[in-house]
Amino acid sequence: MADDKSNAAAYWKANLRLITGCLIVWALASYGCAILLRPLLAGIAIGGTDLGFWFAQQGSILVFIGLIFFYAWKMNRLDKQFGLGE
Amino acid sequence: MSQFAINVLFVGGSFAIYIGIAIWAKAGSTKDFYVAGGGVHPITNGMAIGADWMSAASFISMAGIIASAGYGASTFLMGWTGGYVLLALLLAPYLRKFGKFTVPEFIGDRFYSRSARMVAVICLIVASLTYVIGQMAGAGVAFSRFLEVDATTGLIIAAIVVFFYSVLGGMKGITYTQVAQYVVLIIAYTIPAIFISLELTDNPIPPLGLFSDHSASGEPLLAKLNEVVAALGFNEYTAMVDNKLNMVLFTLSLMIGTAGLPHVIMRFFTVPKVADARWSAGWALVFIGLLYLTAPAVASMARLNLVTTIYPDMAAQVENYEDATANPIAYADRPEWIRTWEETGLITFTDRNNDGNIQLYNDAADFADRGWQGNELEVSNDILVLANPEIANLPGWVVGLIAAGGLAAALSTAAGLLLAISSAISHDLIKGAINPRITEKGELRAARISMSVAIVVATYLGVNPPGFAAQVVALAFGIAAASLFPALMMGIFSKRINNKGAIAGMLSGLIFTLVYIFVYKGWFFIPGTNNLEDVEANWVLGISPLSIGAVGAILNFAVAYLVSNATEKPPQHIQDLVESVRYPKGAGVAIDH
Repeated sequence: MADDKSNAAAYWKANLRLITGCLIVWALASYGCAILLRPLLAGIAIGGTDLGFWFAQQGSILVFIGLIFFYAWKMNRLDKQFGLGE
Repeated sequence: MSQFAINVLFVGGSFAIYIGIAIWAKAGSTKDFYVAGGGVHPITNGMAIGADWMSAASFISMAGIIASAGYGASTFLMGWTGGYVLLALLLAPYLRKFGKFTVPEFIGDRFYSRSARMVAVICLIVASLTYVIGQMAGAGVAFSRFLEVDATTGLIIAAIVVFFYSVLGGMKGITYTQVAQYVVLIIAYTIPAIFISLELTDNPIPPLGLFSDHSASGEPLLAKLNEVVAALGFNEYTAMVDNKLNMVLFTLSLMIGTAGLPHVIMRFFTVPKVADARWSAGWALVFIGLLYLTAPAVASMARLNLVTTIYPDMAAQVENYEDATANPIAYADRPEWIRTWEETGLITFTDRNNDGNIQLYNDAADFADRGWQGNELEVSNDILVLANPEIANLPGWVVGLIAAGGLAAALSTAAGLLLAISSAISHDLIKGAINPRITEKGELRAARISMSVAIVVATYLGVNPPGFAAQVVALAFGIAAASLFPALMMGIFSKRINNKGAIAGMLSGLIFTLVYIFVYKGWFFIPGTNNLEDVEANWVLGISPLSIGAVGAILNFAVAYLVSNATEKPPQHIQDLVESVRYPKGAGVAIDH
C-alpha cells in the first residue's frame, strides 16, 4: 500500500512537472513571442513583416497543436511506466 | 440553373444528410443522450469538437474582424485555440476519468455541495443561452441572404432541423451530425480561400500565401497591404498595439473562457478512455487549426482585394500613392457583388462630395485637400467570408457551398449548446435536486422536453434579438473564465479547496466580472444604464470589459484559496475522490455506474 502510494505520488509529480514545462512553452509562444517580446523580435523579417506577427497569426497555433500531442504522447508513456494506465 | 436553385440544393442536401444521420443515431438511453454511449473514437470526437466549437462567429465574423483590425485581432486567433492547451493539460483527462455526465455534476460532487452545483448550473445556462442567440442570429443572416426567405422563416426552418436531430439523437445524434457539419464547413471555408490565394500570390496554400509575394506588385503581400492601407490613412495592418496589457488579458480571458465552456468540456465525456480524451483534444485543435490558419490569410487578402477593387491603380507596383488613390471607381461601375450586398444593407454608399466616385478611407484622417469629404463606403465585417466567392468571381456552386458552410457552423454550435443546457436542466436540476428518484426513462423524457423548450426559447430570442446580442461574447466568456474554469481546475489540482472556498471563489469571480462588464456596457445590457462610457480612457488600468474575465478568474483562485485555508479540510472521501480522478486506472468502470 505504501509502495502504491509513493508510486502514485511520483506519477503525479512527473505529470505536474510536464504540465509546467508545457505551459511555459504555451505562454512563451503566445504572450511572449506574439505580444510582449514582439519588439525584440522585430529584426527577424518574414514575408514582408516580422517574426512576432507570424507567431501571433500562425506560429502560436502550430505550437499549441504540437504541445497537446507531445503531452498526450508523454502522458500515455507515463501511464504505462507507473502502471496506472487503463 | 439559377444561383437561388444552387443554394437551395446545397443547403437542402446538407440538411437531408443531417436528418438521415439523426434517424440512424437515435438515442435509446440517458448514456446515449448525454455522452453518445461513451464510445466515440478520438479522431471522430476531435472533428465533432471542431464543429461544436467553430460557431457563426468563427466562420462568418472572425476573418472580417481580423481584416479590419490586422495584428490587434490576433487575440481571437490565439485565444480561441490556446484554450485547448489548457483543456488538454488541466481539465479534459481528469473530468473524463471522473466519468459523469455534466460539468455541474463534477462541481457538486467534488465540493460536496448542492449549492455549488446550482451556482454551476446557473453559470452554464446563462453562458450557453447567450451564446446560442448569436448562433441563431447568424443562421438567420445566412438564410436571408442565400435563400431569399426572411430571417424569421429561415430561423424556424433551422430550428426544426436542429430539433429533429438533437431531440431525437441527443449527444449521439449531435456527434455524428457535427462530423458531417465539420466536413461541410471546412470545405466551404477553404475552397474560396485557395482560389483567392492563387489569384493574389500564386500560392495554393492560403497560410503560405499570407507570407508570399503579391503577384500584381511583386512585393510581399503584407508589405503591400501595409503601404496600401497607410496611404488611405489607416493604421498599418501589422502595426503593434499600444495597450499590451489589455491584449494579454483579452487573449487570456478567451483562452480560459474556451477551456471553461461546458458545451466543449462535455464532448470529452464521450470517448472511451482517459488517453483518448488527451488525443481528442489534439485532433480537435488540428481540425480547428485548419480554419484558424486559413482565416488570417482570408482576412488580409480580402482587405487588399477590397481596396484594389475601389482603387484599381493601387494593385500594381506604385511609386506615388497619392496618384493611385486619385482615381477610385465610379459608383455606377461598381462590381456585381457590391450591388447584391447593398440590398442586405451590409454595404452602404453615401456620395458625400457628390463626385459619383467611391472614396474609401479612414475617416479620422484628413484628406480634405483632395476634395474628399468623408468615407463613403461602409462595409460590414460580417460579409467578408460570405462575399468571398463573389469577390473572387468563383462559380455559383462555391457560393452555394458557403451558404451550407455558414449554416453548418451556426447549427452545429447551437446543437452543442442546447445539449449542455438540457442536460443541466434534466440531470443536474431535475435528477440532482428536484426528483432524485426519477427513472432513466423519465430522465430521458425530461432531457428531450427541456431540449425542446431550450430550442423554442433560443429561436424566439434569435427572431427578437435583445439589444445586447453583440455583447454576448464578452458575457459568455467572462462567466466561463471567471467562475467555471477556476472551480474545475482547483477541484482537480488541490485537495485543500473545500465547499466554502469554491462557492466563495465562484461567486466573487462571477460578480466582479459581471459588475465590471455592466458598468461599461449597461446593467443587464439595458442601453443607457452604463455608469461610464465604454472607452479606453475610462477603463481601470486600460483593461477593457472584454478582457476582465482573466482578472475575475485570478480573483476566484485567490478567494477560494484564502477561504479554504481559513476553514476546515474537505472530508477524507473527497480527498480520495480527487486522488482517484488524477490516475487514469479504472476509468473504464467509472462510466458504467
